[in-house]
Amino acid sequence: MNIYGLAVLALSFLVGQWMGEFLGSLIGIYANVGGVGFAMIILMFMKEWLVKNSLMSFEMEAGIDFWNKLYIPVVIAMAASLNVKSAINSGTLAIAAGTLPVLVSFWVFPLLLKKFNPQVDGDSL
Amino acid sequence: MEIAFDIIEKNGLIFAFLVIGLLVLISEIISKKILKSRIPGSAIAIFFGLILGYWGGFITGGEKGLADLPLFSGIGFFGGSMFRDFAIVATAIGASLYLIVRSGMLGFISLLIGIVLFFFIGVLVALAWGFRDAASLCTIGAGACTYIVGPVTGAALGASSEVIALSIGTGLVKTIAVTIFTPIAAKRIGLNSPESAMAYGGIMGTSSGVAAGLAATDPKLVPYGAVTATFYTGLGCLLCPSVFYIFLHLIFP
Repeated sequence: MNIYGLAVLALSFLVGQWMGEFLGSLIGIYANVGGVGFAMIILMFMKEWLVKNSLMSFEMEAGIDFWNKLYIPVVIAMAASLNVKSAINSGTLAIAAGTLPVLVSFWVFPLLLKKFNPQVDGDSL
Repeated sequence: MEIAFDIIEKNGLIFAFLVIGLLVLISEIISKKILKSRIPGSAIAIFFGLILGYWGGFITGGEKGLADLPLFSGIGFFGGSMFRDFAIVATAIGASLYLIVRSGMLGFISLLIGIVLFFFIGVLVALAWGFRDAASLCTIGAGACTYIVGPVTGAALGASSEVIALSIGTGLVKTIAVTIFTPIAAKRIGLNSPESAMAYGGIMGTSSGVAAGLAATDPKLVPYGAVTATFYTGLGCLLCPSVFYIFLHLIFP
């Protein structure tokens, strides 16, 4: 049943958001700290557990995968509802302060990777 | 015609599925037929999305891009934070827990480097534009992190509303810059593995920008970038109005 997969996804999402809010209030800021990140890790643990106990059916995974595939369309809709005009209109300071660090990061990023030298097994994806 | 508009307004989200579907179709055709697949269709579609967002803001003067037009309000819901976060979480289904745990340290360090880097370059730019008080400098630096960290910091420090608006603008420019530049720079900077995507999410931090940029680069990398990027705003909200502000206050009392 697809809805089982969808329910697993919804459960991970809600618990993760709750953890993010909780962590935020714990350190005294009014922001969600990594709620989505926690939800992703919870989902991965749940999937692992379900697969190990052979409870994950193909249809169930398809229920989650549907949202995985919808990801890019959601991002496109998000881009279309961003306040692009005010970003462009907020003047040269905003454009400089918004762009310069991005360009510097492109220079720092390869240095960081080299320093850490992550084992190259990206092909195993 | 009036009946048609009525139906669309009543079923905004469904209409959004149709509009985005058509936008993706057009972008794929442009990518394959005109650009010979040199630029992925998703990158073109996201770019069109940004143009539509600009156009929407231009017509309505609102803050939600195309979604401010009643006809397209469903697009704002479809692309809003609930669906966005839900879809990002769903991408984890294809990610490897083992790789994420193994790259945890790299992810954490890249988060710290990213926040420090964006904050202080933002502060330097604000200095160059003539700001000299710690609260304004800190707010603009925080805006260079993300468009949420900026106003949160500005409100905490009592910055002027003009400066807070500027910090939101800065964060928006960052999101758009990351969206557009990621697929262009990806190959050159070695953004091609789960580990590098996690480090990238940590350095860049804007979840929307990282997610959109990685989606246009290689959708398989999205969950790895997103898992670190989602901690960035929270960590930024923690560090900017506290440690960073104290530091700036020492220099600009």
